[in-house]
Amino acid sequence: MSAPNKEYDPVEVSALDPAAIDAAQQAAVAAFAAAGDLDELKAARIEHSGDRSALALANREIGALPPAAKAEAGQRVGKARGAVKQALEARQVELEADRDARVLIEESVDVTLPVDRQLLGSRHPLSTVSERLADVFVAMGYEVAEGPEIEAEWFNFDALNLAPDHPARTMQDTFFVDSPDSGVVLRTHTSPVQIRALLERDLPVYVVCPGRVFRTDELDATHTPVFHQIEGLAVDEGITMADLKGTLDHLAASVFGEGLVTRLRPSYFPFTEPSAELDLQCFACRGASVNNPQAPCRTCGSEGWIEWGGCGMVNPRVLQACGIDSDRYSGFAFGMGLERTLMFRHDITDMRDMVEGDMRFSAAFGMEG
Amino acid sequence: MRAPISWLREFVELPADVSGRDLAAALIALGLEVETVDVVADVAGPVVVGRVNEIELLSEFKKPIRFCQVDVGEANGGVRGIVCGATNFEVGDLVVVALPGAVLPGGFEISARQTYGRTSDGMICSARELDLGDDHNGIMVLAAGSADVGRAASELLSFGEEVLDIAVTPDRGYALSIRGIAREAAFAYQLPFTDKALELADLPAPQSDAVPRGCGFEDPHACDVFTLRTIVDVDPGAQTPLWMSQRLLAAGMRPVSLIVDITNYVMLETGQPLHAFDADRVSGDLVARRARAGEQLETLDHVVRDLDPEDLVIADDSGPLALAGTMGGVTSEIDDRSRNILLEAAHFDPVVVARMSRRHKLSSEASRRFERGVDRVVAPYASGLAASLIIQLAGGHSTGLTGEEAPLDQHSISLSADLPARVAGMPIDADTTISSLRAVGCDVEIADESLVVTAPSWRPDLTDPADLVEEVIRLIGYDHIPSRLPSAPAGRGLTSEQALRRRASRDAVAFGLTEVLNYPFIGPADLDRCEIPSDDPRRNLVVLANPLSDEQPGIRTTLLPGLLNAAKRNAARGADSIAVFETGAVAFPLAGGPQVPPRLPVDRRPSDAELNELMSALPTQRRHLGAVLAGPIERRGWWGTGRNAQWSDAIRAAVGIIDDLGLSVATDAADFLPFHPGRCAVLTLTSQSSEVDPIVGYAGELHPRVCAAWDLPPRTCAFEFDLDMVIELATGYVPKGPEFYSMPVAKEDVALVVPIGTSAGAVADSLSRGAGPLLESIRLFDVYEGPQVGEGNKSLAFSLRFRAADRTLGVDELTAARDAAIDAVAADFGATLRV
Repeated sequence: MSAPNKEYDPVEVSALDPAAIDAAQQAAVAAFAAAGDLDELKAARIEHSGDRSALALANREIGALPPAAKAEAGQRVGKARGAVKQALEARQVELEADRDARVLIEESVDVTLPVDRQLLGSRHPLSTVSERLADVFVAMGYEVAEGPEIEAEWFNFDALNLAPDHPARTMQDTFFVDSPDSGVVLRTHTSPVQIRALLERDLPVYVVCPGRVFRTDELDATHTPVFHQIEGLAVDEGITMADLKGTLDHLAASVFGEGLVTRLRPSYFPFTEPSAELDLQCFACRGASVNNPQAPCRTCGSEGWIEWGGCGMVNPRVLQACGIDSDRYSGFAFGMGLERTLMFRHDITDMRDMVEGDMRFSAAFGMEG
Repeated sequence: MRAPISWLREFVELPADVSGRDLAAALIALGLEVETVDVVADVAGPVVVGRVNEIELLSEFKKPIRFCQVDVGEANGGVRGIVCGATNFEVGDLVVVALPGAVLPGGFEISARQTYGRTSDGMICSARELDLGDDHNGIMVLAAGSADVGRAASELLSFGEEVLDIAVTPDRGYALSIRGIAREAAFAYQLPFTDKALELADLPAPQSDAVPRGCGFEDPHACDVFTLRTIVDVDPGAQTPLWMSQRLLAAGMRPVSLIVDITNYVMLETGQPLHAFDADRVSGDLVARRARAGEQLETLDHVVRDLDPEDLVIADDSGPLALAGTMGGVTSEIDDRSRNILLEAAHFDPVVVARMSRRHKLSSEASRRFERGVDRVVAPYASGLAASLIIQLAGGHSTGLTGEEAPLDQHSISLSADLPARVAGMPIDADTTISSLRAVGCDVEIADESLVVTAPSWRPDLTDPADLVEEVIRLIGYDHIPSRLPSAPAGRGLTSEQALRRRASRDAVAFGLTEVLNYPFIGPADLDRCEIPSDDPRRNLVVLANPLSDEQPGIRTTLLPGLLNAAKRNAARGADSIAVFETGAVAFPLAGGPQVPPRLPVDRRPSDAELNELMSALPTQRRHLGAVLAGPIERRGWWGTGRNAQWSDAIRAAVGIIDDLGLSVATDAADFLPFHPGRCAVLTLTSQSSEVDPIVGYAGELHPRVCAAWDLPPRTCAFEFDLDMVIELATGYVPKGPEFYSMPVAKEDVALVVPIGTSAGAVADSLSRGAGPLLESIRLFDVYEGPQVGEGNKSLAFSLRFRAADRTLGVDELTAARDAAIDAVAADFGATLRV
């Protein structure tokens, strides 16, 4: 290596030969291009642009050139070094990208492996369907009213116009607490909550009452001694059967599908007068199966309607027992069984599935009703 | 009530093309619940009358078999050989023969076939095979001379009759009669209706030499009409004609004997229950009176009944003969020797009969009708019809009618003429109202704006204006009511309690639990399997008078038996992982024993004091949340081994749910069955205003004996807490936005050696107190027992995080806080720093 040449060095340094510089540049670029991975590139970098590479040496020789030659040589060497650096960086990026891509491929997994490490819980569909129906009414401005499952007979029967010897009392097979004379029963319907609501709340009253009720039926595919109902009650000035019909139509459309309506058939309940059975237009066939043997409907048995519940105008005697002026106020009430609702909505054929607590049953419904 | 259409047609001239299904739909729209339209005796093809000419007994088989030669008439092939297994007929008898090609009810096709070594060229039918009764003891033998050989049996027997099966609601007692249903059918088709039941039957003049038996009543509130007809010299051997027995069968009643069948027939037609006594077994006049203490009566079902002084009986000089309107007695029963008949037709109070029927657990066709209200006017007409049928079919003479009747206290109802429109929510003019009410039989007078309406005698259910409104609207048709949505006032949404309850259930699901809904019934055996001690309050059940099962007579005091049973069922069905929860009510009897709630009035609002007294007579009811966990809570898989649910998972879920509802929970060791004595935490709610933190529940591993008793895997875990208590205290809880700082955190780990029995929770509390306000969080991350920390000791390793709001913590203050924490544990528990 030459010493710094401050004054004048008559010897032309061969390393600064333009051809040699050109060759070194080309060799470097070729070597980088030939490098197959980052290790090879590193080796090529050390060789072709390291401190001891030809271009590095040439760069150092510039200082030894006469001042007149410095500029030209510096420009030439700098250009070559720039090109080499650029080639190196470009290759570096390329090879790093290759390596990263390879790593991702190497660490790929079998995504079809099972992933069910944790247990998933679920709600019981009777709970969620009850909440869903209640929510339809809450959205209309109703409030959710509740009462005890072990209830006084006065609430469960007397105040609902079921006098002690009323034949309807024997229709409802009642569980009596302690003794048949105790005056305390397991509520046979959610209607006692209506009485509590009318006694406790200021008028007008718009409430919906979901809950668990009891009758002395043996468990089979279509009966269970412990079941669930939801009832609605509206008591206000000027409430009519048209309001009842409209409310039930709204419920049907909200829960079963737009445009579905309900049908009322005259019936009898002591706590409503007039009273009606409530049918839901079949949501599966929408009536298309009636008199159409080509397209029978399993959901409604080709009747076009599904029996859903009971309803009517609150009997003025019930209002009277709650101290409400029946000349000024009128009301409607309706109720339906949730087990039955669930059965036809979800095509469940055996009610025992709902009461046995088999986790597979609830799991099929997840979190929503 | 089963109503054959042909019988209805005798009362109303329905168009000939109206089918059973049409009529059913029309009646349903009017409010009669027609459940099914049945076809009785659905017979097709050649079924004819035959005469048995010869009987050859084939004795080589296990049972006697007859090969008969039966003449079925020239047109049907003359004499045919038919094999028959029945033996109740003789040569010369007229029988019903199904010829090859006939199809009997149930789709049973008849063909000539080889059987018992003969060719049977048809079938001799029993009543049951023709769907004309359930008598299968033998084939149907027709009365001699009642039909010509070869005639189609359909000319004698009504094949293919459509019968409406109607579930009659308690308010419509009148629909328990052909006459009542026919009236509704007349509405449906807008046909005129004449009530034939109120026409007096043509009876021969009473015989002058026979004296009719007297009758009366003592209490006009219990019996206000009592009539008696005496018919003498009837033929005891007279048989029920085929047309009558067929109608009775189609209507669901078994033919018994002519006199009884006539009373039943007339009851079905008119709705008036009748009772026939053997006049020769009755001494003196009949009276309807209350039973006297100590009296007994053996009813027709051969039960000897001790009578209650509230029972209403029909008595003669000797004592009670029958339970009024419910069932007759054996001593005065009609039998095959009875020649002289007393026919009772009376009107009894619905409540009196209902109570008697319930008291004696005896429901009859008669009591069902009286309970629902029988037409007060029809009694003498009905017994007249029965008497004329008796005389017509069994001979004899009527000796006249005796009776007593209380004055009729007829109510009229004042109905505002616009009320039907106001109730229905659609225009209904006064003319429609008046004509509808008149159609159902009401008498209507017009007085200014209101109508004065008197209900007909067969409609005792019409007592209030609302009842009349229903009649008007149902005749117009419910399908005309418009649909309109009322606007409720703005509601407040779910209450805080309701929202929190839903939240608790969702939280439980988030811990991997699946909701189940168990029956609330439990019994001592359930509590035994849970090892609940004998003096535990959970043993004190609210007991049912009429439980479904004697093993489970009470209402649960804990959710665990139900949950354990559900867990057991899942395990038995092969579930590996079990994680079930339930929210539901438990009940405890009142402390002072059961109280009888006051019988409150219904004609006014009870006072607040009365209502309080009523509600305080109810058992204490609380909503609990409970869960049972068993088996893997994390499954085994390619990621490694699974992990079984353990005590800590149960505590974690219970604490996590309560915590999410906004309350702080502390845990401490507890010995509480059904839990493992060393693996159970009592859960207390901290930071409550009460002096002692209230116990809200328990969580942990179940006692090994409990796991075994429920056939559950060892180490099954559970929790249960009082959800109502949590919600009461959490109501109104609104989570506060947390304060947290962005300054750097300083982390310090310390391992402390403490005696082995020391509770980690207490050590953590002590550390927290000692560390002071700079401590952001503390978490135990390791527990070690072993030689390095010495016998009787354990090491608890905690990770502490310190942070200040406004500065990076300096080494000095950090060290000071850490040392203060360690000093506190050293002072409280003698802990030493593990090095």
